[in-house]
Amino acid sequence: MSFPWARQYEPKNGLTKFLDERLPLPRLVYNAIGAGYPVPRNLSYFWNFGVLAGFFLVVQIVTGVVLAMHYAANAQVAFATTEHIMRDVNWGWLMRYAHANGASFFFIVVYLHIFRGLFYSSYKAPREMIWLLGVVIFLLMMATAFMGYVLPWGQMSFWGAKVITGLFGAIPLVGEPIQVWLLGGFAPDNAALNRFFSLHFLLPFVIAGVVILHIWALHIPGSSNPTGVEVKSESDTVPFHPYYTAKDGFGLGIALLAYFAMVFFLPNALGHPDNYIEANPLSTPAHIVPEWYFWPFYAILRAFTVDFFFVPAKLMGVIAMFASILLWFFLPWLDKSPVRSGHYRPLFRKFFWFGLIPAMIVLFICGGAPAEEPYVILSQIATAYYFLHFLVILPIISSVEKPEPLPYSITEAVLGSDKKVVKGENTSPAV
Amino acid sequence: MADTTATATPEATTTEDGIRRRDFLDIAAVSAAGIGGLAVVYPLVSQMAPSKDVLAASTTEVDVSGIEPGQAIKAVFRKQPLFVKRLTAAEIEAANATSTGSLRDPESLADRTKEGNEDILVTMGVCTHLGCVPLGAAEGEVKGEYGGYFCPCHGSHYDTAGRIRKGPAPTNLEVPEYEFTSDTVIQVG
Repeated sequence: MSFPWARQYEPKNGLTKFLDERLPLPRLVYNAIGAGYPVPRNLSYFWNFGVLAGFFLVVQIVTGVVLAMHYAANAQVAFATTEHIMRDVNWGWLMRYAHANGASFFFIVVYLHIFRGLFYSSYKAPREMIWLLGVVIFLLMMATAFMGYVLPWGQMSFWGAKVITGLFGAIPLVGEPIQVWLLGGFAPDNAALNRFFSLHFLLPFVIAGVVILHIWALHIPGSSNPTGVEVKSESDTVPFHPYYTAKDGFGLGIALLAYFAMVFFLPNALGHPDNYIEANPLSTPAHIVPEWYFWPFYAILRAFTVDFFFVPAKLMGVIAMFASILLWFFLPWLDKSPVRSGHYRPLFRKFFWFGLIPAMIVLFICGGAPAEEPYVILSQIATAYYFLHFLVILPIISSVEKPEPLPYSITEAVLGSDKKVVKGENTSPAV
Repeated sequence: MADTTATATPEATTTEDGIRRRDFLDIAAVSAAGIGGLAVVYPLVSQMAPSKDVLAASTTEVDVSGIEPGQAIKAVFRKQPLFVKRLTAAEIEAANATSTGSLRDPESLADRTKEGNEDILVTMGVCTHLGCVPLGAAEGEVKGEYGGYFCPCHGSHYDTAGRIRKGPAPTNLEVPEYEFTSDTVIQVG
């Protein structure tokens, strides 16, 4: 992208000159994450999570490729090769724990990234495409994570595969043939395991491709910022490098501390003990739940317990679960308020903190709890609010809300409304 | 970023030798990242080395009591063929009659066998040229021009002591590390 004041790349020596005329990779890096990319000067730590998500994607690909060197996707030996990785392969325990917890951390940082996007309305024009691609990435992540969890071929793997493919069985008329087709059999077995492994290996690279589009789309308008006020002049921005390479680096350090604390000291805390029992098609574990990052959506699935008109409860649950994410695709057009940041939207802020966030927490807790009262009724209330919030409340808020006064510019928001600073548009940032 | 840089002048953050606090932070951060990077590379490289179960299968015991003179058996050592042969008197004589100086890879039969068991020749069944399995261990197989082993892939001839005599192979058939754990049993590896 570029603001007119972006620094221009100049190759300094023979090698970079040679490259610049043939394959200008250094120029690309300079303009994308270097001094040639001006970024709003007021980004908070909430703007770290995109970089962190990219980092964890790389961690998952590297550790995943390593695990695939030692794993065999065959129902006879899959469970044994997983134990082989844990016991025999040099550092295999580290690779597997890093991969399993890496998935959780990938979801943690992506959820915080989405949270940032929702509170600061990062999905609004001109950034709709970034948001849409982000939702695509999230859907791909969910598919990848689900299939990856099947590979160790433990009890949770098997029953997870059976339940999730069973969702497709809810589709009227063609549901059952589709489920059988997806599994390549009547229950999860070798055919399902093999295709899940193949797709689990492929999808991360598809995600990486969509991530490139996501970043490309981001670099057209540039990052949003906590005020939601667009960049007006050079004094509103600082170069990405060194300012945000340093800030992202610091955030990465914190994330790594938390990540390795889990990998080394609580490696199984986010997993299920039942998955250390080999898959048994004849016995379902008593309490079957998906991984924690699916809990809110799992709660929505289970919230539908009675038939609606002619629609069976099973189908309603499946539709609601998919709809709860698919409606994010319409978010840029549901929320019509011209103000982006939640900091300047009093009504939006109330419904966000006291409506959406509690509903998500309730859904999260209920998704991990057994399917009994009071969790069922709680998930039903929270599910109802979730859909109301996006489909009814947000559109109404955008038309009735009186936003608080916005700062004139990012610079003013940071330094106060000193006229000299605001008007001196082309002065360099006072650092 | 604001507080320290806004209040401190450049002089205040510079020591007498002209070293800035930020230089220290830069070097410390980059060093930590570098060491961390190396710490990550080590397990990533190491995981490709033989795993514990492979290493656990790296010794093989062979009972040589049933091998008649002139007969050889094929065993498996580290997933590769191992030839254990009991030489006939004529074969030993033929091996000893050759002067070692004339060989591509000079070794005597005594160098390649254990004292007191000079008739037991233990070699890898892996041609030192490009790794094919030479013929000559099983009954009826071609033994080559020197009466030992013959590699059909590229025509290397080994003599009765498994020494390279003709053809492209650079060295004699490898004698793995082994020892007699009793009068009739050898442990290879």
